[in-house]
Amino acid sequence: MIPVLLIIFPLLTGLISFFLKKEQSVRLWALFSSLITLLISVLGLTILHEEKYLQHQSEWLPGLGSSFSVGLDGMGQLLCLLNAVAYPLIFIATWNSSYKKANNYFALMLLAQAGMMGVFVAMDALVFYFFWELALIPMYFLCSQWGGEKRIPVTFKFFIYTFIGSLLMLIGILYVQSQTTDHSFDINSFYKVVLSVKQQGFLFWLFFVAFAIKMPIFPFHTWQPDTYEQSPASTTMVLSGVMVKMGLLGLIRWLMPVLPLGFHEWGDMATSMAITGMVYASLIAIQQNDLKRLVAYTSIAHMGLMCAAVFAENRSGMQGVMIQLFSHGINIIGLWIIVDWIEKKFGTRKISDLGGLAQKAPVAVTFTVIIALANIALPLTNAFPGEFLMFNSLLTSRTTAVHAILFTVFAGICIILAAIYILNMIRKVFYGTPNPLTETTSDLKWNEKLALGSIVMLVFWIGIYPQLFLDVTNHFSNAIIDKFDALQFIPAK
Amino acid sequence: MNALLLSAVLGVVMMFSGIWLKSKSAIRNVAIVGMALLLVVNILEMSGMIFFRIDTKGMIVFDRFALLFDSIAFLSTLLYLFLSAQDIEKVGINYADYFALIFFILCGITLTSSFKSLLILFLGVEIISIPLYILTGSDKRNLKSNEASLKYFLLGSFSTGLMLMGIALIYGDKGSFDTNSINLITETPSALIVAGMLLLLFSMAFKVSAAPFHFWAPDVYDGAPTVFTSFMATIVKAAVFIAFIRLFEEAFGNLQNKWQLLMAIITVATLFIGNITAVFQQSVKRMLAYSSIAQAGFMMLSVYAMNAEAKEGLLLYSAAYSFATIGIFAVLIKMKDYTFDGFNGFAKHQPLLAATTTIFLLSLAGIPLTAGFLAKFYMLKAALGTGKYLWLVIFAVIMAAVSVYYYFRVIQAMYFKEGDPPVLQITPVFKWTLVILAALVILLGIFPNLLLTWYYF
Repeated sequence: MIPVLLIIFPLLTGLISFFLKKEQSVRLWALFSSLITLLISVLGLTILHEEKYLQHQSEWLPGLGSSFSVGLDGMGQLLCLLNAVAYPLIFIATWNSSYKKANNYFALMLLAQAGMMGVFVAMDALVFYFFWELALIPMYFLCSQWGGEKRIPVTFKFFIYTFIGSLLMLIGILYVQSQTTDHSFDINSFYKVVLSVKQQGFLFWLFFVAFAIKMPIFPFHTWQPDTYEQSPASTTMVLSGVMVKMGLLGLIRWLMPVLPLGFHEWGDMATSMAITGMVYASLIAIQQNDLKRLVAYTSIAHMGLMCAAVFAENRSGMQGVMIQLFSHGINIIGLWIIVDWIEKKFGTRKISDLGGLAQKAPVAVTFTVIIALANIALPLTNAFPGEFLMFNSLLTSRTTAVHAILFTVFAGICIILAAIYILNMIRKVFYGTPNPLTETTSDLKWNEKLALGSIVMLVFWIGIYPQLFLDVTNHFSNAIIDKFDALQFIPAK
Repeated sequence: MNALLLSAVLGVVMMFSGIWLKSKSAIRNVAIVGMALLLVVNILEMSGMIFFRIDTKGMIVFDRFALLFDSIAFLSTLLYLFLSAQDIEKVGINYADYFALIFFILCGITLTSSFKSLLILFLGVEIISIPLYILTGSDKRNLKSNEASLKYFLLGSFSTGLMLMGIALIYGDKGSFDTNSINLITETPSALIVAGMLLLLFSMAFKVSAAPFHFWAPDVYDGAPTVFTSFMATIVKAAVFIAFIRLFEEAFGNLQNKWQLLMAIITVATLFIGNITAVFQQSVKRMLAYSSIAQAGFMMLSVYAMNAEAKEGLLLYSAAYSFATIGIFAVLIKMKDYTFDGFNGFAKHQPLLAATTTIFLLSLAGIPLTAGFLAKFYMLKAALGTGKYLWLVIFAVIMAAVSVYYYFRVIQAMYFKEGDPPVLQITPVFKWTLVILAALVILLGIFPNLLLTWYYF
């Protein structure tokens, strides 16, 4: 019931938004809808926690072996919560931005939310694919309609990239389905399928390319900085905060337990790609003068670490990724809110044009520093437990036993690099002497304070007491690793 | 059988209606009512109410596959008439004759979808082709239309010749036109059979505009009056595909391992040429012509795979493809400028038309929640089901990704670019029919069983 509500509710409110005329009323309607979605998600975590509320299955395409099967496991709970938390934050933070045809804008935002919810709860491969694509369409329209100057070619590149990835995944799904004993798309049939090492090897790439494009992992990342730069602020927040998590979810739920041999065999290669991407993105981020691009590249670095930790194939890595899925989403949305505030205020995103904001905007600088430190995983902030667990997992990685030390060292260097570019950015933008542009500025408005304040509270909450969040996913992480262990040593046919 | 006779009778009625009825709207209404009647009569036959029983000596068999496809074709034509019947008026003076020709084509379609004998196949294909040659050239004062008609006629007759030759060779070996008796092959087939099969394969590939026999299609589709391009690129093409799959299943099913690789090569060539050439087009009409070749490539996958899913999938594909393409052409007819730039700013001035066109384009591109996705899905599943040639499937999806490029160019022009496109008069009936078509596309995209249950019950 809960997963169905999580999809249907934003879908319906989104469709209604198309017909609302006044900008202010559609804005309120969207905020109201996102708050109710948050309520539903929290209810699913707390009061209605029993199995019967969290699973749903109804007949859909019996001839094809597919049913509308949705469910919430630990990871699903966490990601739905992230999705549900992100939307009110985004709507509040961008309360004062005005859009041409606001009804279409908010409608598409809510449809994207429904699509992503669908991806997070799908327990049937065909349903998963359906929502995977559906989440993309509203995003495409949002970016190309309300984005920056170069939006049309940039978002088109983004669309084509992800579409090719998804289609390859579709072949993978069809192939696995044809090999299942009961010819079903159900996730449990997928988990039971027995494939040879050779089959798993090429199937791995059909799936992995789709997920790698989404995350994005080097060298499939080229769409990302441009798209983040050109998209409207709130869309960028959704893209980088929530949507990229679809790739990791796919990796963990649809790849690792389905193709364990392929996963293990190519794990080394995938980890190398992820780590290369981290170093590469960090080095570029140091050179960036554009705030949006800087944040975009930090995102590539963070996603790279998470991907590498998944390929470590152990419990601590899995739990680290889980908590980081949530933390990274929150932190990056915080950074985007600040970037958006700066861009709206001064009309520029160039770091070199800014300076001395700290004197005029003390609240803004406090929030920024906290979120920035969280971004480089200082203890007491939310990214610390996740990154700690992930580094631990990299060292004890099972895939890359030979290069484990090397990978850990490179990933560690990236943390140092992250400190360099983030602190450098803060120094240049917020400290130093104010220039004519920044002299007459004022501080954050109430809505930005509210959004950033909530984010900072979450940062400390997870940083100091992560247990609550770890408990949500503990069972799921263990189950995935157990399943993986059990499957990996089944003799191939 | 109901539909076969009624469509022929309606063709004759329409011919004479031009003499008796003076007002054009009366002719139009007769045609639409006749079309609706045809659809109803066919659906009644599906429910077991057969009005005529004529002994055809087993040469024609109206099985579920044939009847369901006929219903799809009639429904598409009915919607097509609602959308475009008024635009047919602008083509030339022989208004009633155009409708008569359309009914004769539908008569041919009922034959090609239900033949059991190669002679009936030949008759059906000819009954479809000859009215099409006329319709292509119906814009008499337009040089392009005349050129297209002549080209189509010459090449089309040549391919019909090949077909007849193939049938004759097969008859020479087997002494029969019956598809079942041709299929009774246990040892290696004789040279006559193989040659006859290849000739039939080539002529059918020509009729569905599969590469390398596609060269006529872009010029003919571009040159023909747009209303008739819409009809011939959708319903007629789907009908020939139905004949194609029927012929190769019933007459040459046992030789599948002989022709399967050839079919795969034709599929790849069609997908490649259709998609890559469509990318470079500047006119939406010509883009749609190449897109119809590309879509034919996807439909070829079903002929290649030839299993249960392929037949179901082809029915779904023909519905999805016909609905979407008819819709886009109907909107295109209302435009004054057929280039991509002609669509600039369309969404601002015609939000409803732009939204429905977007749904049709998404369906053609194969995005989930539209019928086009499930249709492509069935094709891929069928092709994977053969267990051979995985590269073919991977190639097909890469080409599907290429097709996004040219379909989305129209969406980009409509939504993200500024402009003020001149649009012809739009009636409420037109708008509502478009909405119904779009709703059908989405409905079939979520519940394909609404259509496919008719195939089984």
